[in-house]
Amino acid sequence: MAETTTGPLKKTALHALHVEYGGKLVEFAGYEMPVQFPTGVKEEHLWTRSEAGLFDVSHMGPCFLTLASGMRADPAAHEEIAALVETLVPSDIRGLKPGQARLTVLLNSEGGILDDLIITRPYEEDRQGELYVVVNGAMKEQDWGIFETALAGRAVLTRADDRVLFALQGPKAEKVLSAYFPDCAGLKFMESRRMMLDDARCVVSRCGYTGEDGFEVLIPAEAGKELVRLLLDDPCVRPIGLGARDSLRLEAGLCLYGHDLTPEISPVEADLAWVIQKRRREAGDFPGAERILGEIRDKPARRRVGIRPLERAPAREGTEIFYGDNQIGIVTSGGFGPSVDHPVAMGYIEAAHAAPGTKVDLMVRGKARPAEIAELPFIPARYKR
Amino acid sequence: MTTYYTKDHEWIRVEGDTGTVGITAYAAGQLGDVVYVELPEAGSNFARGDEFAVVESVKAASDVYAPVSGSVVEVNSGLTDAPETVGDAAESDAWFVKLKLSDAAELSGLMDQAAYTAFCEGL
Repeated sequence: MAETTTGPLKKTALHALHVEYGGKLVEFAGYEMPVQFPTGVKEEHLWTRSEAGLFDVSHMGPCFLTLASGMRADPAAHEEIAALVETLVPSDIRGLKPGQARLTVLLNSEGGILDDLIITRPYEEDRQGELYVVVNGAMKEQDWGIFETALAGRAVLTRADDRVLFALQGPKAEKVLSAYFPDCAGLKFMESRRMMLDDARCVVSRCGYTGEDGFEVLIPAEAGKELVRLLLDDPCVRPIGLGARDSLRLEAGLCLYGHDLTPEISPVEADLAWVIQKRRREAGDFPGAERILGEIRDKPARRRVGIRPLERAPAREGTEIFYGDNQIGIVTSGGFGPSVDHPVAMGYIEAAHAAPGTKVDLMVRGKARPAEIAELPFIPARYKR
Repeated sequence: MTTYYTKDHEWIRVEGDTGTVGITAYAAGQLGDVVYVELPEAGSNFARGDEFAVVESVKAASDVYAPVSGSVVEVNSGLTDAPETVGDAAESDAWFVKLKLSDAAELSGLMDQAAYTAFCEGL
């Protein structure tokens, strides 16, 4: 994250656990967070894909938006809160089913992306009029300010970043988490429920940022510390740092805000037009609709693609992409993919050269290196649909 | 045969007027899994402190600096196919280049093993 911070770094409730497990701590989004544990990024990455990886994402921005008049057992309450939020995002929030979560983007008036976020409608009948929203850690102050302005007193924002938010990702995640939340096995990808762990109120969602099946759990801090400790006692589960989080999401073709998404980039350019459902396209009632609908109609001049370096040298963020003598794009995320065992990258490229299989050159340390445009993701997603 | 170390965590083992250069086990441990090593071509010349190689881990690229001035007489091309060797044998099999020293007096500015060990303990 391109984030400048002043003052001492914040710590999540799981900080002591990171230290205990030998985490190498770095600054991230204003927090002191583990970038890796002693086994290293590659092992952590592969472990998550074959077993279960536990990620502390308490630095992110979970919050609840609630109608000022309160929640009630009435679908009209959902429509009310959805209408307030739809002024900021292009997704169909009104059309969310109870318990459904959806990826969306916060837009500026030019249709550029101010953040990407997940919005969830509560499943519980008596909680209509509330939305559960998780934004990026580095962007939460900005985003929450934007929400509060738009809600204009008709709904209130309650931040939940004093709790523990963790992700358990990988093929063993369901088996491990079911011991504490038996109902989690019944969820499908992008579904969410309130669940109790003893007397702790939790939100359990089947989603993640790795391309694997898995869950994200919001839980009060003290209960969260205990639960995470118990989960880590399971031989299937290991703590995973930010390094592997980044390589996992890159292989999965998922965007990192501040790198692959910025205020200059529209969701259509970012290949995220799918977050704009039919009703919103027809209504054209979201910020920057003119540009965004124009790009859907005429195709954007540049777009986000996968890039596969054909030699062993990784191409990092900022690497220029050439076609012959002309620069046609730039890498926005790049590194090495431990599961595919070759370098992987994504970036923006002129539409004429964006077809998968197109051969391009990457300028790495002043030398042109062959690469080709690749389909995303680099590895098939294993979500439970 | 004497081995010298730099504050940037390179080592150079000197025999006569030739030095074998690599990165230290400490540096390899800090980098984590090495996935790519970019080496210079034989015959190229470097001044002390020049970037002469690049080591890439899953997460980041790091420059490697010439501990002394010299010309490259041999490169360890085995690292191209097996970059992970750096993690297992940083101070033996995973040497990077052999340099013909252009000024052996520069060696006096480097640390010996005891000094380097103490330097790392202070980090």
